[in-house]
Amino acid sequence: MGNIRKHLKSAPPTAIFGLVVIAVYVFVAFFAPVLTPYGESEIVGAEYEPWGEGFVLGTDNLGRDMLTRLIYGARNTVGIAFATTCLAFLIGGAFGLLATAMGGWVDQILGRIVDVLMAIPTLIFALLILTILGTAIPVLIIVIAVLDSTRVFRLARAVSMNIVVLDFVEAARLRGEGTGWIILREVLPNSMPPLVAEFGLRFCFVFLFISSLSFLGLGLQPPTADWGSMVRDNATLITYGDITPLLPAGAIALLTVAVNFVVDWFLHKTSGLRDEH
Amino acid sequence: MVAQRLALGLLTLFVVSLIIFLGVELLPGDLAEAILGQSATPETVAAFRRELGLDLPPHTRYIEWLGGMVQGDFGVSLANNREISELIGVRFKNTLFLAAIAAIISVPLAVTLGVLAALYRNSLFDRAINIVTLSSISFPEFFVAYILILVLSINANIFPSISNVSSDIGFWEHVYRVMLPALTLTLVVVAHMMRMTRAAIINLLASPYIEMAMLKGISRSRIITHHALPNALAPIINVIVINLAYLVVGVVIVEVVFVYPGLGQLFVDSVIKRDIPVVQASCLIFAATYILLNLTADVLSILSNPRLMHPK
Repeated sequence: MGNIRKHLKSAPPTAIFGLVVIAVYVFVAFFAPVLTPYGESEIVGAEYEPWGEGFVLGTDNLGRDMLTRLIYGARNTVGIAFATTCLAFLIGGAFGLLATAMGGWVDQILGRIVDVLMAIPTLIFALLILTILGTAIPVLIIVIAVLDSTRVFRLARAVSMNIVVLDFVEAARLRGEGTGWIILREVLPNSMPPLVAEFGLRFCFVFLFISSLSFLGLGLQPPTADWGSMVRDNATLITYGDITPLLPAGAIALLTVAVNFVVDWFLHKTSGLRDEH
Repeated sequence: MVAQRLALGLLTLFVVSLIIFLGVELLPGDLAEAILGQSATPETVAAFRRELGLDLPPHTRYIEWLGGMVQGDFGVSLANNREISELIGVRFKNTLFLAAIAAIISVPLAVTLGVLAALYRNSLFDRAINIVTLSSISFPEFFVAYILILVLSINANIFPSISNVSSDIGFWEHVYRVMLPALTLTLVVVAHMMRMTRAAIINLLASPYIEMAMLKGISRSRIITHHALPNALAPIINVIVINLAYLVVGVVIVEVVFVYPGLGQLFVDSVIKRDIPVVQASCLIFAATYILLNLTADVLSILSNPRLMHPK
């Protein structure tokens, strides 16, 4: 505990800012039903009501409370992005470590598959697959996780490649430990720091990606409150100089900036780099 | 080395076209059933299947499809029965025009800012740029787009908020109308290019020949422009071309925001309508452009580094 406090004290203001923002988002996502004055897709007033009494941030294109949907959006958008990133790491990390531990043709084949998948721009590929499979939430999560796991695979493989050649792994091999043990007990714990930092960056990417899909009308489907589609549905307000539609977009931007700041700090700490001279 | 890379690129293109084609085969049922819906009688489905050529084996259809694509025959749209090549031609030109304008603005800007940040490293200017670029990488494209609309179009009334272009407007009018989408794309890609330029130059500044030049008493700006920049060109060119590839793909969202009649908007519309032949065609064009640009980046970086030309 004391150690953590010491680290926090030495953290730059950007990292502190990032941590606070992330904490607020997590809090809001968990307690959404308590914090909101209305139901998630409850129609409570006229369309496009202005800010004021009753509706702090006005109402949206169907007369639903903007603040309520913004808060539920934290739960849906962030939750799904988090689940997708976890799945991507599970797939990419498992195959990456497997490729290193097995080597030979397994490594070769996995490497070539990932090369081809990475040659196609993610957005284009995702749009193609979503046309074919439809846009149900499980499909969305699996498709994006698989496409994103290619990047995780590359990193996990690169990092663990440097570890499997070390003496303690060789010792474990000579001891007669199985591949599973070597991956989980020897290689994985030693490749954690870069993977944790990458988790933050991949989360940002997935989060922006899902928001973009929702913005295009191809991500989370109504009536689920989601920041990307909220921007799209209320975009006409901007032509009247009303900034309400920018709020969900700003909420997306704020979270990604916060995560980036924290990752930046984390990378700086774990790499042991001091300030450049 | 170069030939090997080119062959690999062509192979990737081939595999990608195979994926795009086979993906549609995964549809539950097939295209004919998907279009006609549940209520169609088996006879109508069979007749329609024959009309679309779906009764032929997959490999024959694939070869025909790819052959048509290469010759510019993309088939017919399901939504309005128009020739896809007709739909795509003008739109792809519009998309390339937008990407080109964005590139003309962003590349010189990114390189200049990168060099300045390297020159005044760790100064207030450098830190400010660092925070700004880190943030702009984190913004969703539509956020940047709407902020620009709000500031430059609604409040200041300088540029139109909808990029409505047609073939009869002149060149400069076209440039004027795509200015907002081009600026949005610029803001999105400049950060990455600038950071890479800065990193490449700072990396070089640590090498002995730069120290030598410094000891001779040459000014910092001259060292950077005459000694460091030429050697940093390879990675900079590489990151520029990769970002151009990103531009061509990144236009999809920006085109939707500004209702710009480009290929990206057509692509998204077709995905929503599930107009599969158009989706396949636009997907192939986007993927091919992306792969070719990345290939160019690789070839250029091999050519610009003599050491890579003669592998041991």
